[in-house]
Amino acid sequence: MNYVIIGNSVCGIATVEGIRKLDKKGKITLIGNEKYKAYSRPLISYLIEGKTDLNKINYRSDEFYEENKVHTVFGKKVVKIDNDEKKVVLDNGKEIFFDKLMVATGSKPFIPPIAGYETVKNKTSFMTIDDAKYLMEHIDISKNVLIMGAGLIGLKCAECLLGKVKFISVVDLADRVLPSILKKEEAKSVQDVLEEKGVKFYLENSVASFEKNVAFLKDEQVLPFDILVTAVGVRPNVELVKEIGGVVNRGIVINDKCETSLKDIYAGGDCAETFDISFGDKRVLAILPNAYLEGETAGENMAGGNKTFDNAIPMNSIGFFGFHIISAGTYDGEKIAIEEDGNKRIFYVKDDLLKGYMLIGKVDKAGIYTSLIRNKTKLSTIDFNAIIKEPSLICFDKKRRDEILTN
Amino acid sequence: MKRVYVNEKWCLGCHLCEYNCAYANVGGINMYLSLKDKKISPNVRIEEKDNITYAVACRHCSDPICLKSCIAGAISQEDGVIKINKDKCVGCHTCILVCPYGVLHLTDNGVMQKCELCTNNGSKTPACVKGCPNNAIVFMEK
Ligand SMILES: Cc1cc2nc3c(=O)[nH]c(=O)nc-3n(C[C@H](O)[C@H](O)[C@H](O)COP(=O)(O)OP(=O)(O)OC[C@H]3O[C@@H](n4cnc5c(N)ncnc54)[C@H](O)[C@@H]3O)c2cc1C
Repeated sequence: MNYVIIGNSVCGIATVEGIRKLDKKGKITLIGNEKYKAYSRPLISYLIEGKTDLNKINYRSDEFYEENKVHTVFGKKVVKIDNDEKKVVLDNGKEIFFDKLMVATGSKPFIPPIAGYETVKNKTSFMTIDDAKYLMEHIDISKNVLIMGAGLIGLKCAECLLGKVKFISVVDLADRVLPSILKKEEAKSVQDVLEEKGVKFYLENSVASFEKNVAFLKDEQVLPFDILVTAVGVRPNVELVKEIGGVVNRGIVINDKCETSLKDIYAGGDCAETFDISFGDKRVLAILPNAYLEGETAGENMAGGNKTFDNAIPMNSIGFFGFHIISAGTYDGEKIAIEEDGNKRIFYVKDDLLKGYMLIGKVDKAGIYTSLIRNKTKLSTIDFNAIIKEPSLICFDKKRRDEILTN
Repeated sequence: MKRVYVNEKWCLGCHLCEYNCAYANVGGINMYLSLKDKKISPNVRIEEKDNITYAVACRHCSDPICLKSCIAGAISQEDGVIKINKDKCVGCHTCILVCPYGVLHLTDNGVMQKCELCTNNGSKTPACVKGCPNNAIVFMEK
């Protein structure tokens, strides 16, 4: 069997691991347009902070590709898939043939159309190791940084730059920080943490235009800056599949075996849409665990297995200066809020199921809650009143506990 | 592979497993000197309510969601044992977000720790098992 994988990141690596569980011999070619070994994309902010380095940031060991007999083609981009002739075409014209193809192309930063954007001198996104290197080369304690986007990526960027630059401003259209995971009230506590450290927020606002390194905001404030970071969202890389008639919505449409609508072509991770069981519909879940689980599923199925991945949910852990926020699922249903010593726990319950939750501050054992959502545990079968106060296996009945502890 | 199994029927709730675990991982010449007046941070922990007590530690799952979710690629499985590379861990808490059993804990150094079946501290039999006075924790192949 001849496998080709496009995208050398988490989803691509997981595809290799999935294939190799079942097929130790088949030929695997992994093509990635970044010139590096796969690295942990979420760690680029830790790289700037100095909590990891260019070696430790690698997602797998140095021997990974060799041990798994992976033929690597790095620094080259796939520009076309030809599913009739079963080949992909690279940007240097080279063709690589496949029997089974995995599309793990991830996402690209969204650049909003803003007048004068092209006149900005020093600008970057915050997605890749090259973006992190760009920032490390351009920042110093005299620089003002403007970040567009107060989401997960924008705020992780702000956190890692604090203390390394003179001033950080963050602009966002939303009325709160981290709008994808927090409601307004909870978002305020995170904003406070960052404001205390010196980040200045311009919320419910946006950049109307740029003139070189000056931003003119919607509310007419004027912000001069030295470096612009654009972190207003990502868009799935769907073009390769779309061009040849594969079904694509916002992301590439896949089933629970990670098959696309095209024969022998699989997809997963940030470029694809996933059925979110807490939401009840398909959406792009641009999170690392999802990229891994889909890559692994695709890999096993490409190698003749019969694996399904059918309990995806959004889930996230993010922290700023040791202040942690964990969230999962969908905020739908009856809200139950508990506040204790400044720690918040908020749960959303519907149809006897936990649909979503967020923990702010104390996050110990949060995975017990996540498992209730992923396993669709009927809340009437557990001691729910006890578990929302303190996650613990004691809230399950003895039979379930025995399954966990003695199996 | 050999795993740690817990039988809550025999658990006395004495918390000795927690002390033996902490001691095995801290080291030193005796438990008293190593742990006295210190806040221990064991990888096995007793949960209790009413008259029920039992110990919980990593199950070393065959389908480890922590490993698959780790954003740093810091978790691996060697001969079935789920291990954390503390050099690579950045303390992001994603493993805490996903572990269904709540068995990962933050160390004082800001990275995660978990039971590695004492493969990382030189004991042949896990310390919690060796020290359990009532065989409520056993180490065996099933
Ligand atoms: C700063 C930051 C922080 C994050 N923090 C978290 C977090 O805390 N938790 C979390 O769960 N997630 C986090 N994420 C999201 C996480 O990184 C992604 O969900 C994950 O990387 C998706 O993996 P993927 O393999 O699907 O895609 P990607 O990681 O985007 O990789 C796709 C790869 O494919 C390559 N590629 C694309 N098109 C082609 C082509 N035509 N030819 C060849 N190669 C191609 C790309 O260059 C890229 O290397 C973060 C992301 C960022 C940027």
